[in-house]
Amino acid sequence: MNDQVDHSRRRLLTAATAGTGVIGVAFAAWPFLASWNPSARAKALGAPVSVDASKLEVGQSLKVAWRGQPVYVVRRSKAAIEQLGNHNGLLADPTSRDSQQPPYIEDKGAARALNPEYWVGLAVCTHLGCSPLGAFEPNNATQLAGTDLGQGWPGGFYCPCHGSKFDISGRVFKGMPAPKNLTVPSYTFSGDALITIGVDAASKPA
Amino acid sequence: MAAVPDSADPSKSSGLLGWIDARFPLSKLWREQVAEYYAPKNFNFWYYFGVLATVILVMQLITGIFLAMNYKPSSAEAFASVEYIMRDVDWGWLIRYMHSTGASAFFIVIYLHMFRALLYGSHRNPRELLWIFGCVIYVLLMAEAFMGYVLPWGNMSFWGAQVITSLFGSLPVIGASLVEWVRGDYVIADPTLNRFFALHVAALPLALVFLVIAHLMALHEVGSNNPDGIEIKKLKDSNGHPLDGIPFHPYYSVKDTMGIAAFLVVFSAVIFFAPTFFGLFLESANFEPANPLQTPPHIAPVWYFTPFYAMLRAVPSFAGTQVWGVLVMGSAIVVLFFLPWLDRSPVKSIRYRGPLYKVALAIFSVSFIILGVCGMKPPAGIFPLLAKICTTLYFAFFLLMPWYSRIDSVKPVPQRVTGHA
Repeated sequence: MNDQVDHSRRRLLTAATAGTGVIGVAFAAWPFLASWNPSARAKALGAPVSVDASKLEVGQSLKVAWRGQPVYVVRRSKAAIEQLGNHNGLLADPTSRDSQQPPYIEDKGAARALNPEYWVGLAVCTHLGCSPLGAFEPNNATQLAGTDLGQGWPGGFYCPCHGSKFDISGRVFKGMPAPKNLTVPSYTFSGDALITIGVDAASKPA
Repeated sequence: MAAVPDSADPSKSSGLLGWIDARFPLSKLWREQVAEYYAPKNFNFWYYFGVLATVILVMQLITGIFLAMNYKPSSAEAFASVEYIMRDVDWGWLIRYMHSTGASAFFIVIYLHMFRALLYGSHRNPRELLWIFGCVIYVLLMAEAFMGYVLPWGNMSFWGAQVITSLFGSLPVIGASLVEWVRGDYVIADPTLNRFFALHVAALPLALVFLVIAHLMALHEVGSNNPDGIEIKKLKDSNGHPLDGIPFHPYYSVKDTMGIAAFLVVFSAVIFFAPTFFGLFLESANFEPANPLQTPPHIAPVWYFTPFYAMLRAVPSFAGTQVWGVLVMGSAIVVLFFLPWLDRSPVKSIRYRGPLYKVALAIFSVSFIILGVCGMKPPAGIFPLLAKICTTLYFAFFLLMPWYSRIDSVKPVPQRVTGHA
């Protein structure tokens, strides 16, 4: 027996053991962390949703759930569509360059819709995910959640949580908590107003 | 090894206690932590809130265990199971109101407990780690309260969870996938509720109990501060006990019992006569089941989060992201951890500090309360501006402290505690 202790050897072995242990812990932790991801069942529940919006009156809206998220379909008046270009100066991202929408919506300009009369978009505020309220009447007629949207309100959406305002194409105004315009999902438009959300217009023959 | 207690030594126990003491330090713990833990003799009203927080913690654990026996953590059944507890379970309403009122009471006493530290410099050397343990307890308590609020699956539960989990989404690059990971789905859904239940009833309470023990161990290691902010351990009698100290038991155990009794009178009055506390402890929107398609017209967190919620709303988005508000809100908590090192005053207690600190603390306290009000109100009218001003004042209190606390005038600190004979 040699009672001389080789300290550097002992340090190396201790460090190697500890290092191996840390790697082992990391591998063991992985299944637990990964178990928090959306499960196979949650992933499977993303099927497209169809809605017939032809019964909507002008100035009315409906909400439909798609992937558990609320989606707005708003029927806009001619006047509302025509004035869309008039308030670009007030908007944070008037051309929706920084916002999310399918490429075939990008081409539609201020209307942000396949058919300008029916605006389709996620009713999920880009700030923290509340559902904005519809305030489609222009000017000061609108009283929402104790908030007077005031003279010059062009009509659009108002988020009750943190006060973000959007126009009737879901474009956010400047200086709002929300950084981006409301997201437009993939959808197809057919017939009178049969809207299928979750299917790309491009993937189907027009 | 002295496995058998020595009956000749009067300090040694005998009988059953002696048998235990030879195997577990029961008498030693009692002596060191209770009967011979010397606390300053000049504790005042502000020193009740530590023990009250402990009482509430125990109450929340017990009522929580009994609620879990009837609650169903699934999005289909949760709301109905809470109504079942309220209507059909014998005394279920009492257990649930104790738990929901207990949550608000917990924050009331914790805020007063923290304010006490600001008054008397209880976070200063050598109690920095004690303060940090306390801050971690506060953060975990907020997580615990938030997840508990989601469990009834009312509409405010749902949209509160939506807003808070979306906070993670504002982080660059990883944000979107982090939100999905936290929710376990693309939206707040059944998996979210189920995992919040697991965290609320097992993981966080365990962590809280361990941290409270660490908090108390750190306290008993360095000894309690007092309203004069002087170290009583500096002057000791011939037995080695602090001259200005008295044993925790019986002196403070009896005094605290009186404080607990007074607290329970007020607490019971709220439970029996105003369990929702005018919409502050239980919000009316939460008496409606969760509706993923309809945000309540006015959404606000429970009162104890509203100061931070107001800060979140006070910061506008720029450069295409709203992460700034989230960062400001997070910093408001993080800055608390640095308090012991921001304070450069030569004295601890407000009794011997100059006017600068007194004014700063007053402005800070008022700002915090105004922020709380702003967070409850819709973001319109005067409130967004008030929130911006008070957010600035909140941070000014901490970030300017190294300067104003140093140049502030001080009064001479006495050798012995004052007030009592």
